[in-house]
Amino acid sequence: MEVLVQPATTEEVKPPVTSVGVIGWIRANLFNSPLNSIITLLVLFCLYLVVPPFIKWAFVDCLWSSTGQECKATDGACWSVVTKNLRFMLFGFYPWDQQWRPVVSIGILIGLFYYTRDRRHWKKRLGYIWVAGIVIMGVLMHGGILGLPEVETTQWSGICLTLLLSLFGLTAAYPLGVILALGRRSRMPAIKSLSVVYIELIRGVPLISMLFMSSVMFPLFLPEGVTVDKILRAQVAIIMFTAAYIAEVVRGGLQGITRGQYEAAESLGLDYYLTMRLIILPQALKIVIPPSVGILISAFKDTSLVVIIGLFDLMKTTQVTLANPEWMGFSTEAFLFIAILYFMGCFSMTNFSRDLERQLGT
Amino acid sequence: MSEGQTESARSAEPQSIPFWHDPTKRALVYQALALGLVLMLGYYLFAITQANLRRQSIATGFSFISREAGFEIGEPTISYSSADTYARALVVGILNTLKVSLVGIILTIILGTLVGVARLSSNWLVSRIAAGYIEVLQNIPVLLQLFFWYAVFHDSLPGPRQSLNPVTGFFLNNRGFYFPLPVAHPAYARMGIALVIACVASYLLGRWARKRQEQTGQSFPLWSVSAGMVITLPLITWLISGAPTALNIPSLSGFNFEGGLSVSPEFAAILLGLVLYTSAFVAEVVRAGIQAISRGQTEAAMSIGLKPNHVLTLIILPQALRVIIPPLTSQMLNLTKNSSLAVAIGYPDLVSVANTTINQTGQAIEGVAIIMVVYLFFSLVTSAFMNWYNKKMALVER
Repeated sequence: MEVLVQPATTEEVKPPVTSVGVIGWIRANLFNSPLNSIITLLVLFCLYLVVPPFIKWAFVDCLWSSTGQECKATDGACWSVVTKNLRFMLFGFYPWDQQWRPVVSIGILIGLFYYTRDRRHWKKRLGYIWVAGIVIMGVLMHGGILGLPEVETTQWSGICLTLLLSLFGLTAAYPLGVILALGRRSRMPAIKSLSVVYIELIRGVPLISMLFMSSVMFPLFLPEGVTVDKILRAQVAIIMFTAAYIAEVVRGGLQGITRGQYEAAESLGLDYYLTMRLIILPQALKIVIPPSVGILISAFKDTSLVVIIGLFDLMKTTQVTLANPEWMGFSTEAFLFIAILYFMGCFSMTNFSRDLERQLGT
Repeated sequence: MSEGQTESARSAEPQSIPFWHDPTKRALVYQALALGLVLMLGYYLFAITQANLRRQSIATGFSFISREAGFEIGEPTISYSSADTYARALVVGILNTLKVSLVGIILTIILGTLVGVARLSSNWLVSRIAAGYIEVLQNIPVLLQLFFWYAVFHDSLPGPRQSLNPVTGFFLNNRGFYFPLPVAHPAYARMGIALVIACVASYLLGRWARKRQEQTGQSFPLWSVSAGMVITLPLITWLISGAPTALNIPSLSGFNFEGGLSVSPEFAAILLGLVLYTSAFVAEVVRAGIQAISRGQTEAAMSIGLKPNHVLTLIILPQALRVIIPPLTSQMLNLTKNSSLAVAIGYPDLVSVANTTINQTGQAIEGVAIIMVVYLFFSLVTSAFMNWYNKKMALVER
């Protein structure tokens, strides 16, 4: 019989150098099978074809502050189209010497979002802070009091208009959406069918048809002599459109509340209004916070459509810049710049909603 | 929410409570109020609109659609000239919308599936690139993407005389893309018929194979036989018909190209923009669908001895598709609705044609109504399909 004897000293054997560290990681993640090795090499080759010329175009041969004529002579990117027209592209016709006001407003907005990120701040106070912030931003942008010169909303353009339409659109659409969602869940057939017809009608048509409605049909709906500003009409169309989508999101939240909650509320003797306000909506609205951020993102992206009915949002100011003969033909650079702006806005909100989803465990 | 449940209990003693405490009657009052408000609003709008239209002497009704349109449409799918009626112009618009949506849907599903699978790849590089693709394209407005691609095609490509010519017969310039097309020959019509016959035969074969498998348990290599038929039958027809190879190669005449197949920069831009944007969303749908199937399903299928392709077709796909199809359909509907943005870059889709009609006739209500009705029709057809599919695929539980 063989006797197993423990050797006196055990030497720790390290794993081969090819299976740990950088080499190991590369082997495990890039070359773990023949097919994967071929794919990796192909992808690397494609990147080699695309990335260096792009970097050369965007960062080496580029011009940062030159005239349009100098740009036409070079092969690289002409970022001058952005730097020379930055203030017009961002703020449009907002009075030149007052443009610090939108800058401060956007700063406040970013601060509000940053403050909201932390779940420890989620108390009743947060709601008041938001209301206060929005009021301050509105006063700052519109002026007319506290010695600030008044700036009409017709002069709000560029990024101010984009933010106005999306933020105010969502804020105003939310209560309407909640009412529609409750209406759709109602047991009263007339109210239920009215809500269903509204929601499905709006969700079935593209936003652009609503915007056309606002620009060419709304004027016909107004009594003689009454005119409503074009921006406000587009805002109403966006609110009506967004409300239908919010209604569907809130309905999802309402469906997530178990029957027991309704029964418990009833057995306490609460009526419909109190049941909804104290028991159902606080729970349902909490569930739907992440998808609501999703709706904010699409509202933010969708406001770009107002360019089609001729409002001066970020997209339109860029187009106007590009129509200037000096800067004609540098659309790639200008569009890339506003694409980066939109991306930063949407991407940070996407991350925010993902964090929320994880934290709320929905 | 208490109205319905307490109804029967309360109705036993109708005299003892005043009507404003009776939930049934109260519900009736609420509904009457809501309906009354909506009807009043409707009547008010109708009256004002009538007055406004009379004052501005704008005609009402749909009689304008039989009048002469008087405007040209860039790339009509059916024959159209400015002497045709508004009705025909609108039909051209609807067909263009359908064309861009159908081609877009097919390309989006292919690209989205590829990216979704790439996102789950074990290859780190591939999966990161797919993730970057999804994040970037999802977070940039689709209209901006359309403008970008249109600018690329329209501003960055050379004029017709300096066309790029990457492969013989293919030309790229800022007026469009030109491809060679086979010269018309009776063989192609026969090939089409052969293709239809092959498809019908495959369908019948599939029914027979399923019945035989249910009765005897023997399986039939349906996919390879069908694929063989669909490919070889038209090919044989082509050979029998004399194997025509003549090509209609586009050539420069005057200021533009003639012959061959041409794709306008507008169509290319809207198609590329919609496909890239929507495919990022489809990729996420596909990824979620694949991840929803637990690994145990694959292992169980393999342990009862199914071959890998049977594991995929019998176990994984039916379950993954049940998760994938509903959000996929809503993405397809989004693509169709987003195709209305074609108006921004001048592709003559329904919205674009209707917009021109509104500008010419001043009949805004009718124009917007036409747009809405057509898109609502698409939505209703899609949701009808979804309901049918959900009913068919719903889990049959004991």
